[in-house]
Amino acid sequence: MGKTKKMSLAKKQNLTGWGFLTPAALLIAAMSFYPMIQAFILSFQSGKGNALKFAGLYNYQRMLKDTVFMQSVKNCFFYLIIQVPIMLVLALMFASLLNNKDLRFKGFFRTAIFLPCATSLVSYATIFRALFAKDGLVNSILINLGILNVGYDFLTHPMSARIIIIIALVWRWTGYNMVFYLSGLQNIEYSVYEAAKIDGASPWQSFWRITVPLLKPTILLTAIMSTNGTLQLFDESVNLTGGGPANATITMSHYIYNMTFKYVPSFGYAAAMSYLILILVAILAFIQMKVGDSRD
Amino acid sequence: MKRRVLVSLLAASMTASMVAGTVVSADEGGDNKLTVWCWDPAFNIYAMEEAGNIYKADHPDFELEVVETPWADVQTKLTTAATSNDLESLPDIILMQDNAFQKNTLTYPEAFVALTDSGIDFSSFAEAKTAYSVVDGVNYGVPFDNGTVVAAYRTDILEEAGYTVDDFTDITWDEYIEKGQDILEKTGKPLLSCQAGESDVIMMMMQSAGASLFDEEGNPAMVDNEALKKVMETYKTLKETGVLTEVNDWDQYVSSLTGSTVAGTINGCWILASIQTAEDQSGSWAITNMPSLVDVEGATNYSNNGGSSWAVTAGCKNTELAFDFLKSTFAGSVELYETILPSSGALATYLPAAESDVYAEPQEFFGGQAIYSLITDFASKTPSNNTGVYYYEARDAVATAITNVVGGADIDSEIQVAQETVEFQMG
Repeated sequence: MGKTKKMSLAKKQNLTGWGFLTPAALLIAAMSFYPMIQAFILSFQSGKGNALKFAGLYNYQRMLKDTVFMQSVKNCFFYLIIQVPIMLVLALMFASLLNNKDLRFKGFFRTAIFLPCATSLVSYATIFRALFAKDGLVNSILINLGILNVGYDFLTHPMSARIIIIIALVWRWTGYNMVFYLSGLQNIEYSVYEAAKIDGASPWQSFWRITVPLLKPTILLTAIMSTNGTLQLFDESVNLTGGGPANATITMSHYIYNMTFKYVPSFGYAAAMSYLILILVAILAFIQMKVGDSRD
Repeated sequence: MKRRVLVSLLAASMTASMVAGTVVSADEGGDNKLTVWCWDPAFNIYAMEEAGNIYKADHPDFELEVVETPWADVQTKLTTAATSNDLESLPDIILMQDNAFQKNTLTYPEAFVALTDSGIDFSSFAEAKTAYSVVDGVNYGVPFDNGTVVAAYRTDILEEAGYTVDDFTDITWDEYIEKGQDILEKTGKPLLSCQAGESDVIMMMMQSAGASLFDEEGNPAMVDNEALKKVMETYKTLKETGVLTEVNDWDQYVSSLTGSTVAGTINGCWILASIQTAEDQSGSWAITNMPSLVDVEGATNYSNNGGSSWAVTAGCKNTELAFDFLKSTFAGSVELYETILPSSGALATYLPAAESDVYAEPQEFFGGQAIYSLITDFASKTPSNNTGVYYYEARDAVATAITNVVGGADIDSEIQVAQETVEFQMG
């Protein structure tokens, strides 16, 4: 057997690697990249239904004048600015609490906090809607406690409707982010905390001086994922509030859906709005990466 | 080595089956099968299945598959199929909301089969109803249910406050609000409930005066629309006086009726099917016509909300069968309508059926009222209006406006904004 016939080990391993990658790469290209390119081309076309013709940047100019779309952009940023920080801080708190070595029933608490993530988006939104209905559980409790005389219509007032969406989002996604922090915390040696304790650091100090800096890559990851998720929010707007009252809670994706399926379809315009979401996510992710970059 | 080959084969076959799985369509069944999409088990699904049974009696090898598909999903799937030119994925027959008929047939004419020459006799349907599914003189739909508006009241609650249904017949909204406040005071129950953020009540009020949100050419006509302004004022007063209570979703709306939290409702007559699910309230409901707008030209006590028609899609493999099926059931069988009417309230727009004795039978649930002949009478007095292609855009814009008006905004400027929104979305 000559050496020429046998592949070198490195080459062989490379080929195996590519072999494993190819099916996934092909699927992603066909299912994800191809539609993205098609949508990009579509975003330069305008017209109703199948009667589309190229219109250059018309759709992109158009959305700036669209009051409903601008309202939906504002709503999404409202959710983003209020909800994401609350959720990430809560997730971090839960993660460090649950990382405590001496805590009992750790598995139970972890599961309990993670469990909301396993519920379907539609059903949890529907349940929140029922909870905050005029004769729902929350109002019944408030009335029985003597705080309210008659039920408050949470979902028909703009600000309370937004706050309920935020509460729902925090409930649904905190556990999900906590899992990332928990796994990040496993990589921090316990001896580091012990050393800090011996040096007289309070738990508060060791949280801010040890946990947060060492978790920075994970925090960055969750921040980008949450930003991405919030800007693409759809189920909550559709199922919890229906975008109402008076478009006060409508999200960009919800409006894009209306433009495509509920109204006389404007696919080109909808595709252009989708690309705006992509651009916004990209810009925000870029800023977050710059801010989170540890190399000065 | 052998094992590795096996593993890679397995992986390859898994990938292949994944890809193949998405391609294989569910195209089974013989030439004698029709597939139908519609959405309400108590109503149109039931009617379709009964139609299938009737047709099966004469055609033993006929098969019918009804797939429960909510309207929003029918619309989504239709749009997807039509834009991707994959019309094969559509079923043979779909049920379409009348309000969406113009939009869909004008946007995707290739997705529907013209029925004008199918042998179906369209003259046996109420003309105003058939008009929803006629585009450029071509029939695309077989009319099904009728959405004639009824005002249904709880007679026991009215009695508690010293009223009868007659006090609510042929009245105006002003009288309605006045009596409603009295009832609210005496019984603590509002007269009317509706879904917040939906414009059903608005649209019913509009049509009761024959008014539309669009003009004859299909342009938005909301600004300087006297009827719309009056409707908004009326709605605002209803809400402020507490005579109208808003709920957040459809289930809460239905449970406000069946759970006795309100003393009545105003809606398309299909709502009676939901009301009748509260069996313990049998005998304590009665229906009459709706209130009329004050100081609006052409105001009546009659209107329409909803309704739907059957359409044959381009995905139909056996159009002859579909035509014959529709012709001998929904467009030709009085027996079918006699079967479905009592239990589902599927009020026919098929005129020969209206002469059936079943329509004149007193209904125990409604205290012995012959509600169906009453509704047929209402239907004949309903003014027609113009939905337009951009109906859903206008509906949402008006819903936004009314929410803001109830919140204290100025009516004229909100109507102006609504019109601008619709004009923008049309552009």
